[in-house]
Amino acid sequence: MTATAEPEVGRARLRKEDARLITGRTTWTDNVQLTGLLHMAVLRSPMAHARIRGIDVTQAVAMPGVLVVLTGEDLAAEQGSLPCAWPITEDMKAPPAPALAVDQVNFAGEAVAVVIADNAYRAVDALAAIDVDYDELPVVLDMNQALAEDADLVHPDLGTNKSATWVFDSADAGSGGDVEQAIADAEVVLERTFRQQRLIPAFMEPRSVVCDPSNDMFTVTSATQIPHILRWMLSAVLGIAEHKIRVIAPDVGGGFGGKLQVTPEEVLCVLAARRMGRPVKWTESRTESMLCAHHGRDQIQKITLSARRDGTVTGLKVELLADMGAYLRLVTPGIPILGAFMYNAIYKFPSYRFVCTNVFTNKVPTDAYRGAGRPEATFAIERMMDELAAELGVDPMKLRQQNWIKHEEFPFTTVAGLTYDSGNYEAATARALELFGYDALRAEQAERRASKDPVQLGIGISTYTEMCGLAPSRILGALRYAAGGWEHASIRMLPTGKVEVITGTSPHGQGHETVWSQIVADRLGVPFEDVEVLHGDTASSHKGMDSYGSRSLAVGGTALVRAADKVLAKARTLAAHMMECDEGDVDFTAGQFSVRGTGTSRALGDVVLAAHVAHDLPDGMEPGMDADATFDPDNFSYPHGTHLCAAEVDTQTGQVKIRSYVAVDDVGTVVNPLIVDGQVHGGIAQGIAQALFEEAVHDEDGTLTTATLADYLVPSAADLPSFTTARTATPATSNPLGVKGVGEAGTIASTPAVVNGIIDAVRHLGVSDIEMPCTPERVWRAVRGSSDGGSTAPEAAGGLGSIDAQGGQS
Amino acid sequence: MIPAEFDYQCPSSVDEAIRMLADAGEDAKVLAGGQSLIPVLRMRLAAPSVLIDLSALTELTGVRDDGDSLLIGAMTTHYEVQRDHLVHEHARLLFAATNTVADPQVRHRGTFGGSLAHADPAGDLLAPVLALDAVMIIAGPNGRREVPAAEFFVDYFTTALAPDELLLDVRVPKCSGWGAHYEKLNRVAQAWSIVAVAAAVQVSGGAITQARVGLTNMGSTPVRARAVEDALVGQPATPEAINAAAERAAEGTSVGDDYKENLARVLCGRALTSAVTA
Amino acid sequence: MHISVNVDGVRHADEVEPRMLLVHYLRERLGKTGTVVGCDTSNCGACTVHLDGHSVKSCSVLAVQANGHDITTIEGLARDGKLHPVQEAFHANHALQCGFCTPGMIMQAIDLIADDPSPDDEAVRKGLEGNLCRCTGYQNIVRAVQDAAHRMRPGAGPDAERVQDEARAHHVVGGE
Repeated sequence: MTATAEPEVGRARLRKEDARLITGRTTWTDNVQLTGLLHMAVLRSPMAHARIRGIDVTQAVAMPGVLVVLTGEDLAAEQGSLPCAWPITEDMKAPPAPALAVDQVNFAGEAVAVVIADNAYRAVDALAAIDVDYDELPVVLDMNQALAEDADLVHPDLGTNKSATWVFDSADAGSGGDVEQAIADAEVVLERTFRQQRLIPAFMEPRSVVCDPSNDMFTVTSATQIPHILRWMLSAVLGIAEHKIRVIAPDVGGGFGGKLQVTPEEVLCVLAARRMGRPVKWTESRTESMLCAHHGRDQIQKITLSARRDGTVTGLKVELLADMGAYLRLVTPGIPILGAFMYNAIYKFPSYRFVCTNVFTNKVPTDAYRGAGRPEATFAIERMMDELAAELGVDPMKLRQQNWIKHEEFPFTTVAGLTYDSGNYEAATARALELFGYDALRAEQAERRASKDPVQLGIGISTYTEMCGLAPSRILGALRYAAGGWEHASIRMLPTGKVEVITGTSPHGQGHETVWSQIVADRLGVPFEDVEVLHGDTASSHKGMDSYGSRSLAVGGTALVRAADKVLAKARTLAAHMMECDEGDVDFTAGQFSVRGTGTSRALGDVVLAAHVAHDLPDGMEPGMDADATFDPDNFSYPHGTHLCAAEVDTQTGQVKIRSYVAVDDVGTVVNPLIVDGQVHGGIAQGIAQALFEEAVHDEDGTLTTATLADYLVPSAADLPSFTTARTATPATSNPLGVKGVGEAGTIASTPAVVNGIIDAVRHLGVSDIEMPCTPERVWRAVRGSSDGGSTAPEAAGGLGSIDAQGGQS
Repeated sequence: MIPAEFDYQCPSSVDEAIRMLADAGEDAKVLAGGQSLIPVLRMRLAAPSVLIDLSALTELTGVRDDGDSLLIGAMTTHYEVQRDHLVHEHARLLFAATNTVADPQVRHRGTFGGSLAHADPAGDLLAPVLALDAVMIIAGPNGRREVPAAEFFVDYFTTALAPDELLLDVRVPKCSGWGAHYEKLNRVAQAWSIVAVAAAVQVSGGAITQARVGLTNMGSTPVRARAVEDALVGQPATPEAINAAAERAAEGTSVGDDYKENLARVLCGRALTSAVTA
Repeated sequence: MHISVNVDGVRHADEVEPRMLLVHYLRERLGKTGTVVGCDTSNCGACTVHLDGHSVKSCSVLAVQANGHDITTIEGLARDGKLHPVQEAFHANHALQCGFCTPGMIMQAIDLIADDPSPDDEAVRKGLEGNLCRCTGYQNIVRAVQDAAHRMRPGAGPDAERVQDEARAHHVVGGE
């Protein structure tokens, strides 16, 4: 089947995307300029829960440059309700979700009015002149309190703050035993509660939307991960015929799940453009992004693990509370459910039960954030394995080895009902231990303990796996998700032999233009440079399910391989016709068709040209050499690996320093090692950030106090270590490339590695848990034993120095 | 985000600047490097009607030798302070603290005087200036006056500067040959100090002859750790003496936060240890 | 207010509101959209440009403050189709993913190398503390900066940016 002299798959190709990005010749949505462009600014509620008694826009409308000010009442008849595509249970409670609040606001930052003006400065100026009369309602912030009997309600009409309860039980599913029995029979039972703090995706490019209503078409340019889904949903929400909407995702500056959304502002831009008959642009400020783009995580995890004294695990029970925030956005309710299948992880638990209760609060809605459900699961189980090792007084790595699935046991069907197709935990772990210098670090740890060094050393382990490559459509259907999980690709063979690839994936930093070119170059034997990849425009790429859930390569790449194979199949038939031989005698190597055993050959380009001019085709063959393929996977992909973190804890200040970090990941076959390494690096950084730095904090009124990058601590280069990365490879058997997803693996793996390392450093001082993020103060308090579990009231991180920056918006 | 509208004036002399300030009334803001002010304007936490930009007042830029003291112009950027040989030689503590201010881009624009007039007690230059007994040279409609640092910092974001006064220069007594260190704990590199300790010591014949210690973010103003200073003078420069003195770092502070008090003590010990070996 | 600014070797004369941020002047008036805005508080560094040869955050400088000064943006680095060594190094070391932080990172990296022609790992990390990246974990950025420093020895600096060919600069009135 291959191809060029040096195989493209596996080659560290430098990226095609870079040329425009390193020179500033990029097309970010905010760069779009159109004749007659108007600007939208959004007034946001400072209240977390309030009735809107009235909105006076008189002054604002009179300000220079202002064309119109719209309130929820103005748009009530046409704005519809923002979509939730994942009703996880039949009886799930979901409130209406207007883009612009009509009579009630349910989180601080919710949009209550928009100004449309002739420039962005004037639009913002007018916000201050809008007078909203609010009637405060009691604020619901804490999940446990929200579920109490006499709780105040976020949505009184629903009669409860509970949105849904979702259960998986291995005894009911027939995939394992009864966990209650396992716990009752156990020699050791551990129960722990972990808090997955609320995080903010904090993509670097603020969101931006431009809607151009000209030419009898709504052309919506948006900083989105999901142009195809957005087109469908805009049509569904607004009742605009889908073929009259074109969505373009141009260069998009990061997403991490945060741009996997149908946003109020996208809807409002379309409505404003329709009303004004002119193009309208909205670009958010960073503060708006923090205040109203969806957040991630925010779960309370109660975990019960049962085991025998010899270390064999016997049961796992997971009881989750998941904070939805005030509304159910696109996949909000399903995020914790994506973790349901991952708590058992790489271990052979014979019984398992998972119960998740989704809870409404007066906070920004949560939704996808890198890993989406799986980081939470991995954190909980990897922390529990360390807790069990401590309880039993055994080495935490040996305990894992004792319980994990052996490489010869693949494919392995887990207690959660998934079938892991391939993996080799032994190999990845052996490599990681070697790179890390595990034994030497253990020796140093013992020395520091003995000498009572103020700086203690800990070793954190995370032997993770995850399910990604979303997703088999039938499984999504069974989980009540409203869409499929397939992906589409087209290949257009141009008459000169050049190749256009159209993909339904929508990259925003992942390098699909490069990697897709490598795959096609290999498959078709054409030069890498001769392939152009088109994406992110529903007019050229009409069909796709977009990019999230580490799916693009495993699903979209496979669609591409299939499309290439269709091209080759047709080309082979035509080549045989041209060379007057039997198709069975045609070989294809390095872009050349040849008749076996002869010197006769035709280059693919010649065959393509022949198909294009169509002067002499076999009977019934259509002209042209294009092909389409849609691939629906029949399984997820299961990357895995072993991450090891050496954490130094300054017991006098509580400050944590990561001394070394080793990651050995198995993501199956690697198409481009540079890009895979980059994904791993960035993923690890985000996971470390959860462990040490980041937390969305609300005050008692429900105001987000971490609404700037001065308060919400995204780490810089100076705050992170270098990582040592390496790979083992057990190819996936569920796709022809043998690839597994890599986009989320680093994030999933690293958080527990860091926290386990911190706990390991101070466990001998009586510490068994510290809440994330493990701030210096929390660590210090835990070490001092002055506060249970190192938990302190969350606090914002300084902001503009001592200035109280909250509430400043626009 | 975008600042509210304001008028902009760019005086070409100190006298003109003071006249403009007086004319503008209380609603004017002085723009030095703007590295705190412009973000504040963007967040619309302040909306002055007039901004008076001092960037044309080149006489306020630079470090001069003035006998027993250095005179540092208020408009001298952090970057210039970092690279000034006089500061290296005679005010190591200021050099050490300036190195930790914000990030390189901010240090290119941000100014020494701007930081002091902004008077955020979490700012890194206040405690060193206080510890070094610097004197603020201020100009106003009635001429010039000098205010010691101890009287300059009044409260959060509040100084002894009247609305129509300008900070021109800071006189920093020379501490030639002293050891100095600024020990700072923050959550990420860009973040403001949770607590930091500025320490300068003069060691002679193995004994501490003079000591200056200031605390960052331990109150509504920078705080002088007099108890530590008193405990150090006359002591041998040994770990025991330093640690005993550092134990007194939080005395007289009133943050009411045991963690920050602990940090003051721990960081004070570390700052002094580095200072005596510097 | 009237300002005159030299941007990437071209002189621009414009009327601007005093409150206009330099980054908005570059983007909205001059169409220099290579420089981007990532935050409100000068934390992210995405808007970094050079003012008279030193890195600054153009979201925390008013356009009127740039009056009479020289600005270099990411768009002014490549000369005659040849990339700046730091641009080359970012490409060669896969130091970018989504690329939104990249213009600011590159501009700051040039400044950093000008101050320290052979920075070690820690010096690079410290020198980039004012620039946030959410994609790369910084590992390849650090490598790229060191690689660039190596490519640029004996040193880059304000001089490396000075437009060699004065004839290329021409006077433009009203940048729109």
